[in-house]
Amino acid sequence: MAKVLVVTSGKGGVGKTTTTAALGAALAQAGQSVAVVDFDVGLRNLDLVMGAERRVVYDLINVVNGDAKLNQALIRDKRLENLSLLPASQTRDKDALTDEGVAKVMDELREKFDWVICDSPAGIERGATLAMRHADLAVVVTNPEVSSVRDSDRIIGLLDSKTLKAERGEIMEKHLILTRYDPARADRGDMLKVDDVLEILSIPLLAIIPESLEVLRASNVGCPVTMNNPLSAPARAYIDAVRRLKGDPVPMTVPSDKKSLLNKLFTRRAA
Amino acid sequence: MTQPNSRPPIRFRGRSFMALVLAPSAPVHDWLEDLDALARRSPAFFVGRPVILDVSGLGLDRVDLAGLVTDLKARDVTVMGIEGAKSGSLGEGLPPAPAGGRPVDDVATPDAPTPVEPPRAPRSLFLDQPVRSGQTILHLDGDITIMGSVASGAEVIAGGSIHIYGALRGRAIAGASGNPDARITCRKFEPELLAIDGLYRTADDLGPERRGQPAQVRLDGDSIKIAALE
Repeated sequence: MAKVLVVTSGKGGVGKTTTTAALGAALAQAGQSVAVVDFDVGLRNLDLVMGAERRVVYDLINVVNGDAKLNQALIRDKRLENLSLLPASQTRDKDALTDEGVAKVMDELREKFDWVICDSPAGIERGATLAMRHADLAVVVTNPEVSSVRDSDRIIGLLDSKTLKAERGEIMEKHLILTRYDPARADRGDMLKVDDVLEILSIPLLAIIPESLEVLRASNVGCPVTMNNPLSAPARAYIDAVRRLKGDPVPMTVPSDKKSLLNKLFTRRAA
Repeated sequence: MTQPNSRPPIRFRGRSFMALVLAPSAPVHDWLEDLDALARRSPAFFVGRPVILDVSGLGLDRVDLAGLVTDLKARDVTVMGIEGAKSGSLGEGLPPAPAGGRPVDDVATPDAPTPVEPPRAPRSLFLDQPVRSGQTILHLDGDITIMGSVASGAEVIAGGSIHIYGALRGRAIAGASGNPDARITCRKFEPELLAIDGLYRTADDLGPERRGQPAQVRLDGDSIKIAALE
């Protein structure tokens, strides 16, 4: 049975779409069949980050309205054949999403894939609540910064009250991914420390993604960071996150791109 | 910061009352006779009761409306507001139109003696989950105990005391139904706003002394006192 995962945050620009693409690709690289679904109707981005913007014909709204079949709208990734994208519509808005239509699409996706990853829009309105509604588990993306943390706290409250799982009286499984983390700046007190964020949000930590140019570089070429440069620090953090999601106990570290002093000396001598 | 002031601060309290709604039916003259019959059975029925007059559907103009209010006054029914009047028919000398009324059950007429509701015993509310930003917990019947934290942007309102076994980062409003003995306790004191029995302080007014420490908040006369929690 497929697992439906929502990537959400409340605040915009914290890395939901990057995280959706990276987790989707990493799960697919690990052999799972994965669909990533863009719920940001009207402001779609996931197609760009996945490098599929030139192949969009039908979108989520077409499928919700019954104008197209799910298979017509799904775009299979060129690099990973077990990774598919269901893009959002850019010309409509969130009001075009109906409860019944979304429920039908999610049921169909569950039958076809091992993992369905929903990229939630920012905010707490219709788009965001519908993206989380059918989820089995949630990944909350947060920057180490007070406004992002408070918005995430608000979203966790909604995950515990507005989802189907919560309404059935079950506990929604929630994980935190802390993005754009810079250990040096956290040590100087310029950003919140990991423990501060965990103390406020009190949900388990899934990964710490270090601030890195690799993330920007990957978006610009339209390739999830875990595929574009699997050895980069953010990619390793996302790959570890996927292993933890699948139940492997992986010790929590903050991967770094910086080479150690010994490494530097070694490369200099070799050159 | 609020300026130090020798006079006690002005307090604002919300309070809701239940008003009796009288809705006369046409013709008004016959309806008044029925009312007289009711008053004969129970002479003191309207004494001390706030009454709202609902005239929707009657189409009374200003003069008729004033006459009806006078007729009611002669029967010891004091009208405090008029609902459903035509626009422009209210004004000087007539009670205002109330807003925001919510219907409740019919009030028993004196044929059946009104059952006296026993005062509700205070009840405690226990929360095992943290209170998240944007959530409001409202419990006017007694104390609230929260096993987790109250986040920034969350709000807890209790008729009695509030006990928080985590951090208080949001708003805590205790004694909201008029209880000056209510207290607020928490393990980590970082509130945005505190209030007991209508008297409030914002974070800006509190100073840094107890910040981040276990603390208890209570009322001493007209000032909010914050002490360490031993």
